[in-house]
Amino acid sequence: MMSEMIREDGRKFNELRPIKIEAGVLERADGSAYLEVGGNKILVAVYGPRESYIRRLLEPNSGVIRCRYNMAPFSVDDRKRPGPDRRSSEISKITADALRPALMLENYPRSMIDIYIEVIEAEGGTRCAGITAAAVALVDAGVPMKDIVVGCAAGKVNDEIVLDLSEVEDKEGQADVPIAMMPRTGEITLLQSDGDLTEEEFAKAIDLAMEGCRQVSELQKEALMKKYSTE
Amino acid sequence: MDIVPEITRQSITNLVKNDKREDGRELTEYRDISIETNVISKAEGSARVKLGGTQVIVGIKPQLGSPFPDTPDLGVLMTNCEMLPMADPTFEPGPPSDDSIELARVVDRGIRESELVELDKLCVEEGKHVWMLFIDLHIIDNCGNLFDACELAVMAALKSTKLPVATIEDEEVVLSEDETFDLPINNELALCTFVKIGDKMIIDPTLEEERVASARLNVGVTKDGHICSMQKGGRQPLTKDEILYCVNTAITKVKELIEHL
Amino acid sequence: MIYVENKDLVIPGQILADDEYYSGRGTFKDNGKVCSSLIGLVSLRNKKIRVIPLKSKYVPKKGDVVIGKINDVRFSMWDVDINSPYSGILPAFEVFGREKKELNKVYDVGDVLFLRVVDVDEIKKAKLGLKGRGMGKFKGGIIVDIAPTKVPRLIGKKGSMINMIKDKTKCKIVVGQNGLVWVKGDEDMEQLTKNIIHLIEAEAHTSGLTNKIKNKLYLAIDGELPPEEAPEEQEEEFVLEKPKLQNFKEELEQEEREAEEKEAEEEEEEEKGDKPNIAKVIQELKRKNKSKDNTLSYGDNSNNSFILNKK
Repeated sequence: MMSEMIREDGRKFNELRPIKIEAGVLERADGSAYLEVGGNKILVAVYGPRESYIRRLLEPNSGVIRCRYNMAPFSVDDRKRPGPDRRSSEISKITADALRPALMLENYPRSMIDIYIEVIEAEGGTRCAGITAAAVALVDAGVPMKDIVVGCAAGKVNDEIVLDLSEVEDKEGQADVPIAMMPRTGEITLLQSDGDLTEEEFAKAIDLAMEGCRQVSELQKEALMKKYSTE
Repeated sequence: MDIVPEITRQSITNLVKNDKREDGRELTEYRDISIETNVISKAEGSARVKLGGTQVIVGIKPQLGSPFPDTPDLGVLMTNCEMLPMADPTFEPGPPSDDSIELARVVDRGIRESELVELDKLCVEEGKHVWMLFIDLHIIDNCGNLFDACELAVMAALKSTKLPVATIEDEEVVLSEDETFDLPINNELALCTFVKIGDKMIIDPTLEEERVASARLNVGVTKDGHICSMQKGGRQPLTKDEILYCVNTAITKVKELIEHL
Repeated sequence: MIYVENKDLVIPGQILADDEYYSGRGTFKDNGKVCSSLIGLVSLRNKKIRVIPLKSKYVPKKGDVVIGKINDVRFSMWDVDINSPYSGILPAFEVFGREKKELNKVYDVGDVLFLRVVDVDEIKKAKLGLKGRGMGKFKGGIIVDIAPTKVPRLIGKKGSMINMIKDKTKCKIVVGQNGLVWVKGDEDMEQLTKNIIHLIEAEAHTSGLTNKIKNKLYLAIDGELPPEEAPEEQEEEFVLEKPKLQNFKEELEQEEREAEEKEAEEEEEEEKGDKPNIAKVIQELKRKNKSKDNTLSYGDNSNNSFILNKK
């Protein structure tokens, strides 16, 4: 059966890679978080809500968020040229879209929140990892929110639906479905799908990814509790 | 845009005048230093340095490329620095700022002029294939004195760098899958940065000290006590005596710094 | 049903209670549940749940006292950075009335002032004023920066914490509700006070903090722990709420008393006549105080929204 299948790195179909989350790791930023999942190393800093000098971006009745996803030149096998490209621009946009529904920005009209996601090392699934870490950094910054958004992907490898694709699985697999959700309500704030899936497989993938999100969500909470509890 | 409060300027200046600092250090004392190497498995060399609250990560990636025509048998070093907007509320995203370029060039100058990387051993085939080392500095938390933190990080990362063995077969470069060699390095260096506050030169400035300072001097010194790079920055001049004092102090301080590597 | 206890650490999205509870600050209602919107500590009063944030940016509120830095001098106002997503303005008429003066001769860029939030407009821009004792430009001293949410802890119950620090370090301390603190005293005491304030900030949510700080202070200054007090001072609960208005009033009164004492002291010194510089400063100070007494009736001030708002 499917549950018997063991993946290339020894995981079961519904098993996440090892994850480590830490909140509040930087001095200067208003909020920050560090996340490792598999070989990914992600650092996120949040500044704000702060006054913004970019007038055209401001909204009279709400704060706005701006997100910058960036990969370090040394984060991948072949050195990446520094600076934004089409991929990172898209990820920046969808990350902001994934986080925004949870944020109570109406408390901070005409202000700006900047979220800086730095991929220090990449090993598949950086956008979900970035969202997960960014949500922790936002909590650390004291931004009011309805829920802590969490990201996780499922995909199809060797005709099986599996959780949290590694870099190799992502490259060799048939499909990847990264999602982000608000765990309390189960509402989905990010969805992408690339590759070939039947309707049934897609439904399976989304269930599995949501289950993964719930597991990661517990680790987000643990990281925050660890940072802020005194005992 | 960030204006230093006048009373902060006064209090820092007064402290330094009395040979004191806001964090209780001596004028020539460094903050705590920690260096970790091999922090990025996808980079051939890497290090993370914490200097007080300042944090930088450096990764070194090699690429095979053509040598410069005037040095056909030498490898190539390229140092690039990103002052990430995450590191400081005043850092902006976008192309490298002047400060960022200066930082990268000063750090690079130390490495280059001390000739501590044996570039001739990075030649795979003269005139055709040499190793180019991309040294990428990532500033993630700016609490002052990025210069010294960056130079330490680069030095530590270079020392940890391993390159795949390259051979020429049928006029093509073949990289070994499992055989590597340590980047050949024949010396060590560190940068010692001073800023002038009032009429005193102090080492390893914090962010506030940097903002109050009137001038800056970076002194790059090798393990054997040779000066290999210097740079004066800041708006105000320095006297010759001040410069000579800095050089003299740097030579002792660099020995301490190198012990951390 | 309630799912948390008073003072529990909670995180955003966490369900705190069912519908029969009221949703206070730091919480929201969704689908019949009261949920937290912040990382903070639960504060439970009767059936009302609030979450006191552990971290939060300062948002200006009418009546608050804040410490601000002049960022720019303009035609008829100063731009003031009040450590907030919203900057403040100090209109020239708040300082001069109808008189015409050159603004930068009075307060220049980089000057640090103790101010009152006179009004907050619909886009949260704060109009600032200087009406009140001790308001105006700081001379000398240092600025310490803490999380605005930790201000009540720094002040302590009825000013217990801040007064203890003032007494022991002999420093003048002014706390702005925006998380900036001004400290002036002996150079080494200023630095000690700064470290103590940061310690309070870091350990704000631990219990027994007042005693801990007391011990630190005594050890640092006298080299020994304070003498045991016979009736053990009742341990203060870790309260992160805003102090009650009377506390602030007491705080202000205390400051006034101190200022008066100081003035008296300084007068004495002045009489000795051995410190001409100080004498000059004092005269200036006195002039300033006088002019303030003239420009405002204290009654107006106590009617100020700062106090009314709190009711």
